Amino acid sequence: MNTVVEPNSFKTGPDEEGMFGIFGGRFVAETLMPLILELQQAYDDAKNDPSFKAELQALSTHYAGRPSKLYYAEGLTRHVRQLAREQGLDGGAKIYFKREDLNHTGSHKINNCLGQILLAKRMGKTRIIAETGAGQHGVASATVSARFGLPCVVYMGATDVERQKPNVFRMKLLGAEVKPVSSGHGTLKDAMNEALRDWVSNVEDTYYLIGTAAGPHPYPELVRDFQSVIGTEAREQILEREGRLPDTIIAAVGGGSNAIGLFHPFLDDKNVEIIGIEAGGRGLDGDEHCASMSAGRPGVLHGNRTYLLQNKDGQILDGHSVSAGLDYPGVGPEHSWLRDTGRVSYVPILDDEALDAFQLTTRTEGIIPALESAHAIAYAVKIAPKMAQDKIMIVNLSGRGDKDVHTVGQLLGMDI
Amino acid sequence: MATRIDRKFAALKAEGRPALVTYFMGGDPDFDTSFKIMKGLPGSGSDIIELGVPFSDPMADGPAIQAAGLRALKKGMSLTRTLEMAARFRETDETTPIVLMGYYNPIYIYGVERFLKDAVRSGIDGLIVVDLPPEMDEELCIPAIKAGINFIRLATPTTDDKRLPKVLQNTSGFVYYVSMNGITGSALPDTSRVAAAVERIKKHTDLPVVVGFGVKTAEQAKVIGSAADGVVVGTAIVNAVANTINPDGSLVADPAEAVATMVQGLSSGVRASRLAAAE
Ligand SMILES: Cc1ncc(COP(=O)(O)O)c(C=O)c1O
Repeated sequence: MNTVVEPNSFKTGPDEEGMFGIFGGRFVAETLMPLILELQQAYDDAKNDPSFKAELQALSTHYAGRPSKLYYAEGLTRHVRQLAREQGLDGGAKIYFKREDLNHTGSHKINNCLGQILLAKRMGKTRIIAETGAGQHGVASATVSARFGLPCVVYMGATDVERQKPNVFRMKLLGAEVKPVSSGHGTLKDAMNEALRDWVSNVEDTYYLIGTAAGPHPYPELVRDFQSVIGTEAREQILEREGRLPDTIIAAVGGGSNAIGLFHPFLDDKNVEIIGIEAGGRGLDGDEHCASMSAGRPGVLHGNRTYLLQNKDGQILDGHSVSAGLDYPGVGPEHSWLRDTGRVSYVPILDDEALDAFQLTTRTEGIIPALESAHAIAYAVKIAPKMAQDKIMIVNLSGRGDKDVHTVGQLLGMDI
Repeated sequence: MATRIDRKFAALKAEGRPALVTYFMGGDPDFDTSFKIMKGLPGSGSDIIELGVPFSDPMADGPAIQAAGLRALKKGMSLTRTLEMAARFRETDETTPIVLMGYYNPIYIYGVERFLKDAVRSGIDGLIVVDLPPEMDEELCIPAIKAGINFIRLATPTTDDKRLPKVLQNTSGFVYYVSMNGITGSALPDTSRVAAAVERIKKHTDLPVVVGFGVKTAEQAKVIGSAADGVVVGTAIVNAVANTINPDGSLVADPAEAVATMVQGLSSGVRASRLAAAE
């Protein structure tokens, strides 16, 4: 959009008002204002409390299984080198996976949930609510709620309840109440609306555990901070393995939490190319995609200003993605700012390309990736053949794909 | 400068009764019917009109207003057409204040400056924008005040004495006390607590305080009206419209007539408030 002055550091945001440039902010109803101010206070206190850090660290290690591995994806690397040769090139960058799929509950979402449940506990809240798309955040929320003995209500779009059945069942087993939301297309946006409605109706006891780096300030900041463990570890791990920083890092962007978690610690490493992958759905020509930064424009939704898919009257569009976790017409505000500053590039990947990458990774690596993560892998496979063999790439494998086997089976016409 | 809203409250004060503030959704069930509903409101006893601007994601609204907004959007309603409706209303009514109520994004996309210019031209007197708390005053509140439009703020049970001054700082026209923490259409809370809350707010401001959320009947309007400067009714009116619409979209009755009947009843409640308060 507008011209942005390049800052000295890309890591200083947000400002006191919760802004990343023109993005972010606190666009909420008055009822919620005192609550998010209270949350901000609690988070500021927690950040400066060594015991909070220590408790989170212990849980991350012994409960979630951190640090997650940085894995050299040799099979996939061999594949991209073969692709290069077929194109008459001798390239093929070395691909590493940051294995967030190996975390407890099967995705990066647990990092954020552990941090926030400790905050909820500090604040004396006794009831947890969450929204979920793919169900991974719902499962992670249900998990930490079970662990800390708090009741949990998860709002989930009715369409997503259908396409992510295994996760719905997991949440129920974990003792959470799953409330299907049928307004709109019944996807993540609608689940978030309903969670916000619950929150304004239950302000005294309820903690809203947002699952991505979006929403009103301070959520984008605190979710990013809890997810930054991904990038901090990856940076150390690659330095240890390769003795240098990677050339390119790639992550899929739904609301943007796994991506900002990987990206943030690398933002001031000028030579590291950073790429976020949006859901291109069935292509950017029509409305059937969720590429808010490639095809949307700035607007205000769910408490923050950010790039949104919307019509000319400012009505929000529903979008589409084969992957429930990317099926959101907005994006966290820090990504919008990183886009406009030019520090991070955002590129769409189509449903079909993600499906291909899903199968490719399964066959070449013996790893079933989440459809969300498959978007990032698809782009890596696209560009790696054109990169020299001594180039290094890290792809965030944000989650495991077990939840997606029904969807993929159906799309491939397989009997399940 | 006294606005149309200020003048209305001054007149009501002289009359010694609270205001009846009526919310309806612009464009529900369609533009023409909705305009007819609007035109009928003052005659049925509405003192101030809240004209709802439909939005795809009304996060603070309950099922009734969500559905009304969707019906309006399906029939092509937009902020532009909502302003057009107000302008047409103004052609024949110079005194009834119109307050636009909605969410920020349609205004942001329309362009704040252009919006304020067109709003003034359309005879809009006030704005209630649910997702713009005082922390975001630079966005629209300050420019609106400069343009001569009242910016009406919601105060809620979570707005404590420490926060009230901040909420009231740039508020003008009136203060809208939302009588409960929740979405529109929820049940009316204990009325004695409402009276206490109004007293609390009045310690901080000379502005009229109106109360909304959950008022459905003439009797409730009467009770709330004796404790406040005005009563807002929204969901009950929106439901009166909805009840005239078949699932296939055809009408079983005249929505404008249904609203008029409802508002006349509420108006009798509000008019009885003065007597109740004097007792
Ligand atoms: C495995 C996985 N990756 C990515 C995402 C997208 O969310 P975010 O952009 O916040 O990382 C999800 C969301 O459900 C997910 O489950």
